[in-house]
Parts: sequence; C-alpha cells; structure tokens
Amino acid sequence: MVSRPMSVSLSNVLVKRRGKAILGPVSLDLDAAGFTIVLGPNGAGKTTLLKALHGVERISDGKVEWSLPEVETRQAQAYVFQSPIMLRRSVRQNLAYPLQLLGMPKSEITLRVVDWAQRIGLEDALDRPAPRLSGGERQKLAVGRALIRNPQVLFLDEPCANLDGRSTREIEALLLDARDTGTRIIMTTHALGQARRLASDVVFLLNGNLHEQGAAPAFFNAPQTSEARSFLEGDIVE
Amino acid sequence: MNDIWAGIQAAFRLIITLDADLVEITLRSLQVSLSALVIASAFALPFGTWLAIRRFRYRRTAIATLNALMGLPPVVVGLFVYLLLSRSGPFGVMGLLFTPTAMIIAQVIIITPLIASITHQAMRELWAEYHDLLISLNTTNRQRILTLIWDGRRTLLTAALAGFGRAIGEVGAIMIVGGNIDHATRVLTTAIALETGKGDFALALGLGFVLIALALLVNFAIHALSRTEREGTW
Repeated sequence: MVSRPMSVSLSNVLVKRRGKAILGPVSLDLDAAGFTIVLGPNGAGKTTLLKALHGVERISDGKVEWSLPEVETRQAQAYVFQSPIMLRRSVRQNLAYPLQLLGMPKSEITLRVVDWAQRIGLEDALDRPAPRLSGGERQKLAVGRALIRNPQVLFLDEPCANLDGRSTREIEALLLDARDTGTRIIMTTHALGQARRLASDVVFLLNGNLHEQGAAPAFFNAPQTSEARSFLEGDIVE
Repeated sequence: MNDIWAGIQAAFRLIITLDADLVEITLRSLQVSLSALVIASAFALPFGTWLAIRRFRYRRTAIATLNALMGLPPVVVGLFVYLLLSRSGPFGVMGLLFTPTAMIIAQVIIITPLIASITHQAMRELWAEYHDLLISLNTTNRQRILTLIWDGRRTLLTAALAGFGRAIGEVGAIMIVGGNIDHATRVLTTAIALETGKGDFALALGLGFVLIALALLVNFAIHALSRTEREGTW
C-alpha cells in the first residue's frame, strides 16, 4: 500500500445519544505518526472518540477531516474491538476475510495468511474454528486480522482488557512491530502501566471532553490538570 | 384399526413391488416441491437477510406483513394463481394451468414468506454479532448478505426444511391449479385426497406412509450432507 501521511483533525465534534451529549465538543489534531493512547475513566467517551475517528459513529455536529479522500481513508484503517468478533469460520478463513473483500488473488492471500499466522503464533491452529479459541488467542487473531491489510491507521479499543500478562506482552509486541513499520496506532486502555510502555502521546478524556493532550513523557511526569494528576496517581476521577 | 393395518400392508406392497404409479406420483411430488424450494430459497434467503441488516422506514411493517404471510391460506393462493393462469386471466396465453409449473408457482408463493421470515429471525442474531466488524471493514451490502448467508448456513437449513415441509404436505393450492390429473399433475397429497374420497382407505394410507417416509428421508439426507460438507460444528 502506498504510504501517504495520514493525519486527522477534529473540529468541534459532538456525538449525542438520545439528546444527551456523550462526546464533545472535541477539537483535536493527530499527526501522521506515533502511538496515541486515549486515557480516561469509564464513560469518558474513549470508545466513541475512536469510532468517530474511524467514521462509524453518527456525529451530530462538527467535522472529522482526514488528510486523504474518504474512500482511501476507510480502506487504510482497521479497528480492533474490546471483545473480539470472530467470524464463525476457521482461523485461516478469518485471516483471509479482509483480503477477500478486496478481491485479492488467492495465491497472494494464502501467502499473507500463513505469514500472519506465524507472526501471531497461531500457525498450528489455522484450521481450528475461530470461535473456539481462548480469549488471548482470539484477541491475537483479531489484531492479526486487522493488520493483515497493512493499514496505515489502526484503532484498538482496550485490546488487553481481561487478558493475562503473557497474552498482553504478545499483543504489545505485535503493536510495536506495526508501529515500527509505519502504522499509526490509536488505542484506549485502562492499564496505566501499558500506557506508559506504549504511548508516544496521550489524549486524556473526562466526561466526554478533551481534558488534556500531550507528549507521553510530559503527560506522565508533569500533568497539567489536577484531574489528570489524580487519575495517574490512581485516584477515582469523576 | 383394521384400516390402518391394511394401509401399512398396502404401503409395503406398493413400495416392494415398486408400483409404477406410486413411483411416478412420488417423483412428481419431489420434483414440484424441491423446485419450489429452490426457487423460493433463491428469493427468500437474500431477502430475509437483507431485512435483517437494513434499517428503513417501514421495516417493522414489512416484517409484520411477512410474518402474517406465513399463515397464507393455500386454498386462497391456489385461487389467485388459478385466476391469473386461467384462459381468461392475464397469463392465460402461456397455457400453464393444470401443469406442474403452475403447481410450482403456487408453492413458491406459499413458502417464500415462511422461509424469509425464519431467515430474518436467524440472521438478526448473527448480524448483531457481526455488525461492528462488517461495518468497520467497510463491506458493501452484497458482501454483508453473502457473509451472513454463508456463516449462518446451518440455521438457514432449518428455514429451508420448514419450507420444504410445508410444500410437500400442501394440498389445497396444487389441487386447484394442478387439477390432480392422472399421469400429469397428480402428486402424493392430491392422490391421498382422491383415494379417501373414493373410500379406498388402504391405498390412501399407503400413499400417506410413503409421504411421511419421503419427508423424513429428505430431512435426513440434507442433514447428513450439511454435516459432512464442512469441518467444525459451530
């Protein structure tokens, strides 16, 4: 895939559900490279922000503007959900599915599927039904399925919630690999340790509003707002 | 009790001697109902799936209507098809009345709503599961429908079998549009109705047992096929 820089800018984005604002108005600029971690308590609007960026959320007001035309943008993005959605097919067919949608030749698909199965450590499970995998294996498959199209932007919604240390480490390794090969990653998480390990910059949301944004070291060492400080110290922020 | 016993004996005699009439009637029953099933499925499976994934203004009305049409009285369908195909009707020139084709048309009308409705129920659940992923992958409607039909094929089999069950056991409509003509449009159900009217209960019962056996056989065959066809049992 041709890599043209893909930055995004949100201006006054507002998402309403049943008359109640659940996100925004948010204005936010994200560069074409990096590993953004979206932090915030439950209900802060992290998932909504991710979905709005991905273009699958109905926006009541404001604009999400990617630096590429819309069709290209959608094609160059991938999204990993909090609870992985497994197609009722084998692991092989799950990996192949996003490529089949693009009408890629079969030989090419086979090559890529085998390659990615090895990268996510599921090469022995290729013919097992995907819904029967364990939680960690499913999430790895979901990440692999998202990365197999070589997306320029990858969204992850708490990919490591409910996973143990080993699975978390494996998924983090996959994500860092992807970052190093030029994939822009935007991810939400609750685990502060994980945020410190991965983030290049941080977006801190509170009650549906952008509360603080900054480079990772600055945010973690010297947060600007008192809410962010107490959140980082482990206090309950409301 | 005697009649039933005589019926079982008659059925055995007919089957073991491979009675020519019986074979002909049975094959015609199968031909009409399976053709109707294939044609109805070709419409109903995509349509039921489409109803599950599309949100439009009159969706609730459409679904309620579809569910109501499941109980469409076959005799009335027969009457309508008769009027459409009769010499004075709009399609009279095609000369289809009292042919197996007319019977297939009537059965397609009867079972399409049934298959579509069951398909819709089954696909609604699968769509709820797949919704986010398929939206995120930027799939077209066509790709969504094909994915859902393929991954839900086992539940769709139930829908198809329900349709087949209704078609093979149906008598009112095909009696009217087919006319129960010997060696032309006589099928198992219309033959049973005729023999019962004539008082030949043994033959009627014999045909009845064949009909039940046929329905069982088709169900078993389809289930066996679908299980061996694919790996995995999700």
